[in-house]
Amino acid sequence: MTRLLLPLAGLVVLAALPGFVSEYGLGLMIGAVTYVTLASAWALFSGYTRYISLATVAFYGTGAYVVAVLNEVLPYPLVLLVAALIGGAMALVVGLSTLRLAGVYFVIFTFGLSELVRQLITWYEVNVTGTLGRYIFLDISARGIYWQMLALAAVTIGLTAWIHRRPLGLALRVVGDDETVAAHSGINLARTKLIAFVLSSVILTLAGAIVSPRWVYVEPSIVFNPTVSFLTVIMALLGGANRLVGPALGAVPLFLTFEWLSANFPDTYSIFMGLLFIGVVFALPEGVLAGVDRLRARKLRAAA
Amino acid sequence: MTRMTRRGALRILALTASSGLALAAGTATAQEDPVTIGYAVARTGANATGAGITTIPNYELWVRDVNEAGGLTMPDGSQRMIEVIEYDDRSSNEDLVRAIERLASQDEVDLILPPWGTGSNLAAAPLFARFGYPQLAATSVTDMAPQFADRWDRSFWMLGGGHDYASGLVDVLKGALDAGTINNQVAVVSVADGFGIDLIKAARPAFEEAGFELVYDETYPLGTSDFAAILSEAQSSGADSFVAFSYPPGSFGMTKTAQSMGYNPAVFYVGVGGAFPVYPDIANGQPDGVMAVGGVNADSPEIQDYFERHTEFVGQPPDSWASAITYASLEMLEQAIERVGLDKEALSEELASGTFDTIIGEVQLENNQLRDLWWVGQWQDGAFRAVGPADKDGAVAPVIPKPDW
Amino acid sequence: MLTTLILGLVLGGTYALLALGLTLQYGIARIMNLAYGELTLIAAFVVVAAFQAAGIPPLAALIAVVPAGYALGWVLYTVMMRPLVARSESRGRLEIDSILATFGLLFLIQGVLLVSFGANFTSISYLDRGVNVFGVSVALNRLIAFGICVVAAGALIWALARTRWGLVMRAVALTPGSAPLVGIDVNRVARQGFALGTALAAAGGVSVAMYQTFSATGGVVFTMKALVIVIMGGVGNVAGALIAGLALGLIETFVSTTIDPGLTMAATFLIFLIVLLWRPQGLFGRG
Repeated sequence: MTRLLLPLAGLVVLAALPGFVSEYGLGLMIGAVTYVTLASAWALFSGYTRYISLATVAFYGTGAYVVAVLNEVLPYPLVLLVAALIGGAMALVVGLSTLRLAGVYFVIFTFGLSELVRQLITWYEVNVTGTLGRYIFLDISARGIYWQMLALAAVTIGLTAWIHRRPLGLALRVVGDDETVAAHSGINLARTKLIAFVLSSVILTLAGAIVSPRWVYVEPSIVFNPTVSFLTVIMALLGGANRLVGPALGAVPLFLTFEWLSANFPDTYSIFMGLLFIGVVFALPEGVLAGVDRLRARKLRAAA
Repeated sequence: MTRMTRRGALRILALTASSGLALAAGTATAQEDPVTIGYAVARTGANATGAGITTIPNYELWVRDVNEAGGLTMPDGSQRMIEVIEYDDRSSNEDLVRAIERLASQDEVDLILPPWGTGSNLAAAPLFARFGYPQLAATSVTDMAPQFADRWDRSFWMLGGGHDYASGLVDVLKGALDAGTINNQVAVVSVADGFGIDLIKAARPAFEEAGFELVYDETYPLGTSDFAAILSEAQSSGADSFVAFSYPPGSFGMTKTAQSMGYNPAVFYVGVGGAFPVYPDIANGQPDGVMAVGGVNADSPEIQDYFERHTEFVGQPPDSWASAITYASLEMLEQAIERVGLDKEALSEELASGTFDTIIGEVQLENNQLRDLWWVGQWQDGAFRAVGPADKDGAVAPVIPKPDW
Repeated sequence: MLTTLILGLVLGGTYALLALGLTLQYGIARIMNLAYGELTLIAAFVVVAAFQAAGIPPLAALIAVVPAGYALGWVLYTVMMRPLVARSESRGRLEIDSILATFGLLFLIQGVLLVSFGANFTSISYLDRGVNVFGVSVALNRLIAFGICVVAAGALIWALARTRWGLVMRAVALTPGSAPLVGIDVNRVARQGFALGTALAAAGGVSVAMYQTFSATGGVVFTMKALVIVIMGGVGNVAGALIAGLALGLIETFVSTTIDPGLTMAATFLIFLIVLLWRPQGLFGRG
């Protein structure tokens, strides 16, 4: 019972927080929760399967773009629904065609995919609709965005926990360990990967849709910012992509660090970010949580 | 009577004492309490180049100029130094929004200077409005400025819209067409980005109305680095005028490519970047005759003085388009503060209705917009001079046809 | 049509030069180097600085920059990549680690470039008069860049095919597991491959500096183009990279002139994705 109660109580506290912080504090919380959502959703697929996807922003940006196109035509909940459907359909097409790629090919493919989506939307806007740059004048307060994003983050982590105990979760872990073994043990590889990929992508798309009213002005070059993909990856890896709360644990401190760096060292921000990245890869290859576990194991051994 | 006098005297004494205290406090704050000015501009990412040329150097130059003169003058004649709080928005609107929230609600700065670029300024506008800060958007080109000014009444749009620049160019070319120096065919390319699309959309009808024919009209993606194919198509189209609504990499790339392939149209026009200080180097020391967006009155002593100060402080001259406007917008702010102080509402009203003396001459905004702008400039004798609108004070006559590279 | 052909080939030359280094780094050293474009930019900025400050012509700078690139690659491999190679048991693990580590390197170099050279677009004018090639006017600097590419690729293909050094390289590229059995020091060869790749990146940077406009934040474009070519040509396949590079130049020019300049890059990525799905081993790789 406590296993369920504790997270719920935490969620209630987090939901009540906006009443006690400044606008900037709320902005920080939105940013942090957004990255918790992105990193957790990314890990939902990539954490188990070890397929490093750099397509995060392809879905995140699509979500924002759908809102920009439809925000004056449809009521907001419907816009979100359409965004989720489009993200899911996109993931289905991409997943069907690419999930047999492995390793570095998948990484590069997903990187290329974000660029391709951006180019095609730009071309379409320029040549068909003749407008580049759209406005989102939705009357949603920062608190509203925060609550929606918090709910999405909770759903993502809850979903990951739930999948974890289903056959799907087991199958995903086997795929991550060894695809050949997975195939031999009768797991439908393609279907397993596809389901996880689509679920993860729908969440990424929704995250983009929810956060977009904060931007007001949307352009392909603004919403398809590749840095988002990279940040998501490093956050999830820092915390530990194959742990339930690992991505969240990586996202919050990294997000705050970047915020602090950009405030205090605007000129040298990207140098620090690069060093941090390299540091994570070298010092904590399995994530902080695994590092903590190792440390604890060593202490136990020392005590015994 | 005596009692009253005594009382009166006491009151006078008390008044003198308190005003003496107030005076003392006033001078103390002048030294201890600077005016905090914050801004979030791209130091990294895709916008860093533009912000690094136009926005950041001018903000820093202005702060230095003001502080060297003893600080910002307040309505009561006291002076307060400027203290800057700066954040990097990493060229991301999400980060920009947060940085402005931080400046307003955490740092509680007295004033916020706007970010670089059209999209950034639009993303920032609702926040400036919510926190009540005036926003002097000096690097935002948008045809929707009137609507934005209505929506956010403390936003000021200082760089015109794509429509203005396109029709400004057509006016200049129309003059040459009427004089018989060019044929009525135009080859035009545009970058697939908000700016390029705004301009080409306005330019198509304007060109046709003026009797021009667009014999080549293509859009290329942001990030294109090779223009040989595009320019050879334009060259073989038979047009006398080549027009590129481009961003700096494209403007530079097309210039170099045109030079190396010996493409010498009578009119060679590029977009953003043509007025940059590096352009003459890009053009191999032969920029003369090239037209581009923007322009300054190169003969005005104020502009010449500004160019000198900028060169001395930054190490290179400013660009001849939005830089001067940016600096002028800061001068407006400075003068408005001297008249009404730091109250945001009074400041916004003063900016909207006052007249200001700046490096680009006397400035008065119309409906929160700066309309008295240069639309077209041309390199002449090594300086980028404004040629259009032709009836504006300080305009020079365009040189058409352009001398060969 | 002839114009398209010549312009496309000349453009493809620079692409191919850029891709050669990346294909060596990935093929031999097994490092997927996402900071490749930034390494190119370092060379480009150094060349421009030398040209502007001391008037050293880029072709002369080439002689100094390429060995410097080799040295930098050597150091990078020893300090940064070697520990990653040493700790990874599987190839997949190394690939992921190297992608993440070089991504950090990308930011690091970009930051250093921004701090030291600023955010401005940079370019120089060097030998940019037009030269007539079969009736098509091509800039001399582009032709020289093309020449550098042909010479570098030719030398590399010859060395790989005909020398003992090349034999060792190929052995490591094909079967890193069994190369030690025949007495090959895999670590040394991988380091050489990585350093040589960096030297080629530097050569690519010199040719970029000669005729393109670039800024400190634009490295990722070069990396992307080089990646596309490497995948098309087949990883570690030098001749494949050369042909794919030239082909990409032709395709871009062709799409730009006959279809729509707006679709140039989309076409590049589309072809790239198709090749990835249809023949992940590359058009010229052995299946």
